[in-house]
Amino acid sequence: MNAPVDRIPDTGAEASSERPVVVANVSRRHFLQGMSALGGLVLAVGFPSIARAADAKKYGADGMPNGWVDDPLAFVSIAENGTVTIVCHRSEMGQGVRTGMPMIVADELEADWKRVRVAQAPGDEKKFGNQDTDGSRSTRHFFEPMRRCGAAARTMLEAAAAERWKVPVSEVEARNHEVVHRPTGRRAGYGSLAKAAASQPVPARESLRLKDPSKFRYIGKGQLKLVDARDIATGKAQYGIDTRLEGMLYAVVARPPVFGGKVVSFDPAEALKVPGVERVVQIEPSPLPAHFNPLGGVAVLARNTWAATQGRKALNITWDDGPNASYDSTAFKATLEEAAHKPGKVVRNDGDFDAAASGAARRHQAEYYVPHLAHATMEPPAAAARIANGKCEVWGCFQSPQATRDLVAKRLGMSADDVTVHVTLLGGGFGRKSKPDYGIEAAVLSKAVDGKPVKVTWTRDDDLHNSYYHTVSVEHLEAAVDAQGKPVAWLHRSVAPTIISTFNPEAKNEAPFELGMGVINVPFAIPNVRIENPEATAHTRIGWFRSVSNIPHAFAVQSFVAELAAAAGRDPKDFLLEVIGPARQVSPETLGDTWNHGESPERYPVDTGRLRRVVETVAREAGWGRKLPKGRGLGIAAHYSFVSYIAAVVEVAVDGKGAVTVPRIDLAVDCGACVNPDRVRAQMEGAAVMGLGIATLSEISFKGGRVEQDNFNSYEVTRMSEAPRVIRVHIIPGDYSKPMGGVGEPGVPPIPPALCNAIFAATGKRIRRLPIRDQLKT
Amino acid sequence: MIPLDINGKRQNVDLPGETPLLWTLRDELGLTGTKFGCGMALCGACTVHVDGQAVRSCITPISAVANKKVVTIEAVGAEPVGKALQAAWVDGGVPQCGYCQAGQIMSAAALLGRKPKPSDAEIDEAMSGNICRCGTYTRIRAAIKQAAAKQGGTR
Repeated sequence: MNAPVDRIPDTGAEASSERPVVVANVSRRHFLQGMSALGGLVLAVGFPSIARAADAKKYGADGMPNGWVDDPLAFVSIAENGTVTIVCHRSEMGQGVRTGMPMIVADELEADWKRVRVAQAPGDEKKFGNQDTDGSRSTRHFFEPMRRCGAAARTMLEAAAAERWKVPVSEVEARNHEVVHRPTGRRAGYGSLAKAAASQPVPARESLRLKDPSKFRYIGKGQLKLVDARDIATGKAQYGIDTRLEGMLYAVVARPPVFGGKVVSFDPAEALKVPGVERVVQIEPSPLPAHFNPLGGVAVLARNTWAATQGRKALNITWDDGPNASYDSTAFKATLEEAAHKPGKVVRNDGDFDAAASGAARRHQAEYYVPHLAHATMEPPAAAARIANGKCEVWGCFQSPQATRDLVAKRLGMSADDVTVHVTLLGGGFGRKSKPDYGIEAAVLSKAVDGKPVKVTWTRDDDLHNSYYHTVSVEHLEAAVDAQGKPVAWLHRSVAPTIISTFNPEAKNEAPFELGMGVINVPFAIPNVRIENPEATAHTRIGWFRSVSNIPHAFAVQSFVAELAAAAGRDPKDFLLEVIGPARQVSPETLGDTWNHGESPERYPVDTGRLRRVVETVAREAGWGRKLPKGRGLGIAAHYSFVSYIAAVVEVAVDGKGAVTVPRIDLAVDCGACVNPDRVRAQMEGAAVMGLGIATLSEISFKGGRVEQDNFNSYEVTRMSEAPRVIRVHIIPGDYSKPMGGVGEPGVPPIPPALCNAIFAATGKRIRRLPIRDQLKT
Repeated sequence: MIPLDINGKRQNVDLPGETPLLWTLRDELGLTGTKFGCGMALCGACTVHVDGQAVRSCITPISAVANKKVVTIEAVGAEPVGKALQAAWVDGGVPQCGYCQAGQIMSAAALLGRKPKPSDAEIDEAMSGNICRCGTYTRIRAAIKQAAAKQGGTR
């Protein structure tokens, strides 16, 4: 980490007293960046080519800003004492990326994990490739580049040993932190070879020998402890909010309570009387679009955070609430419903819904509502900044350090080269911390006090009142069924303010990346499908929330399938499989999905065989069909998102008073091959708990333009007493030669519909509005 | 001046008596292991021990802990229960983002201090004031049981 007190997490190895020697100092390699032309490149060991023609549409990591980098010089250094330092360039927010990413490098490097240190990269995408840690992308985009980093460094160590021993390089082999000369058994440790390796050329990418997956020592094994676990358990781990700088002032900001509002007047005098308060500074509001810019307001700077919050209470601000002062969630729900009852923009049209529906045996329809949500990361947004000698340094919990760097530079009128963004651990991210408005606030405040260090801390009410919220949506579903109850026609109208509105206030339709989250790319075996997207206007900042639009879409689609099963008198699992249809590979393009989570439609078709398999697996493992006492039920749901396939079975108990408890959740996940299976399990466990909270408890609502929830007493999230005692995760084995899927997000969407389907099985009551809260109370 | 005993170190702080212990620890004394989460004793991230009891430091004024023994996550490992819990947390891969885990461990240590072999219901009761947004509850429960088993020896 690059916190003021330099700290590299202890992985249990001997202390390193020497400065690392960089493995090599000059690059003789032609293509260090993924954005370069890479025509026809194929790696040695049956490794799928990532190459594309220069003018073709780019997918995966190639399609991300600044692409990928696989340069060992950027990521690996070896000290003379043998300590290997591996840079993690993605942000750690609980997904385990600071363990998983270096593990990939270490495996190909044949490094002994006990002698590996992990260092966190600052925001520098030219050097490290894309760092925007969202979209469940880190592992699937960087598995291959990180393998090549490790393999390249290993090759340089082998070359250095061969040169020292004056033997052919074909006779030497790197094994567990040393190079061995096979004919003689001579050995040299990595530390002793570090300097010589540094003068070796970086091998050409196409010459690299990657390990056969059967030889992996860490990848896929899950035996390694998290690199940060010890620091976390002992209170040493450094989050953004923990940043401390010499002479630092502690700031809190009073922001407009209504989006688009601004300060009319305030009185700094009373605030300045509070002991410990040193300065009151107004932050100008940012013009629309909201983007990642600060909302403006009044900041109080003090000797500690408490004094700052006390000062803020004394500001006596008069606000102009602006154009969103009447935003009201109850009224807006009615507005969305009205839109959902009329035709909207057609975004997919297979067959003829109207003709098929008019000739069908029966018709069904239902409407589902999911409210705004706030991420409520346990660490609220926080960042520190200082400016000296024309350079600005920022520390914070950022999912997107390069965006932070660019936006701080823009706001301060500096070159991005003069801005350094240090990435701490993130105390939760869930998409909130991909919007670095709080980092810009810190920089603006530092500038206002002549570059003095300032840390901005968001209190919990700040976090809930001024977030980038998950959208709010009404999903209107209609189906026409044949005499057996099987759907022959399907209509889905999805109405929700778009995330694009945060960047273009005029935007009123869902973007391809929102429609491609489980509304248009539903691969059901139904001949007549029409998907419509009526317009909706945003009245607050809409942003990414873990799983994003998959949450409302999966809730509606998977609930509706279960409703159709019930109407047909069929077993919900059998009916779901029948609606999915036979195993086949469906091109996302034929579903009208031009986005496909940014991945190539050829490499990542929608594979209904994989979707079927997770359904069948989770049903078997959860004991689908088992006899349960009265008031208990099982529910099932499946959803494809972030190019992974997940199905869940939730077991619910509803007591005589309508109180819901969930004793057990089973999840089956097919995300392709796993780097760290224990973290895949952990992400699914966490997704089950978060999904449960979304289904049962959490809601952000607006009245008079203001958020009604202030803290965890009114914005409720799952606590231990409400969490399932048992969460079982069933991982479908994967193949390292096949494309990987995402893990951080896709576990969430199937949980709310699986729960509501279970409640229906237990009680006969159908929930169509989240959260459930007291809807079942008698 | 308010006399404090933090992790066995006695020191005087020159702050208003109503200043919460949380911000005194974090901002004035540099003990950032104790976390801010809500400021209203709703989430448990700020849990410390005062004379062995789990206390939410965000609503505890320093005047209320003058001359009492305050132990934070930075020092709880010096006690056998704290050490066993920290080891179980690492061993079981409990943390995800880790931010709430200091508070979780402090609540768990206080629990095991009074109930060496807690039941599931007792774990729920003691731990439900501590929110984990990553949802690590099943692993927290398992780690508490593992630490309790270690502490209980062969019993």
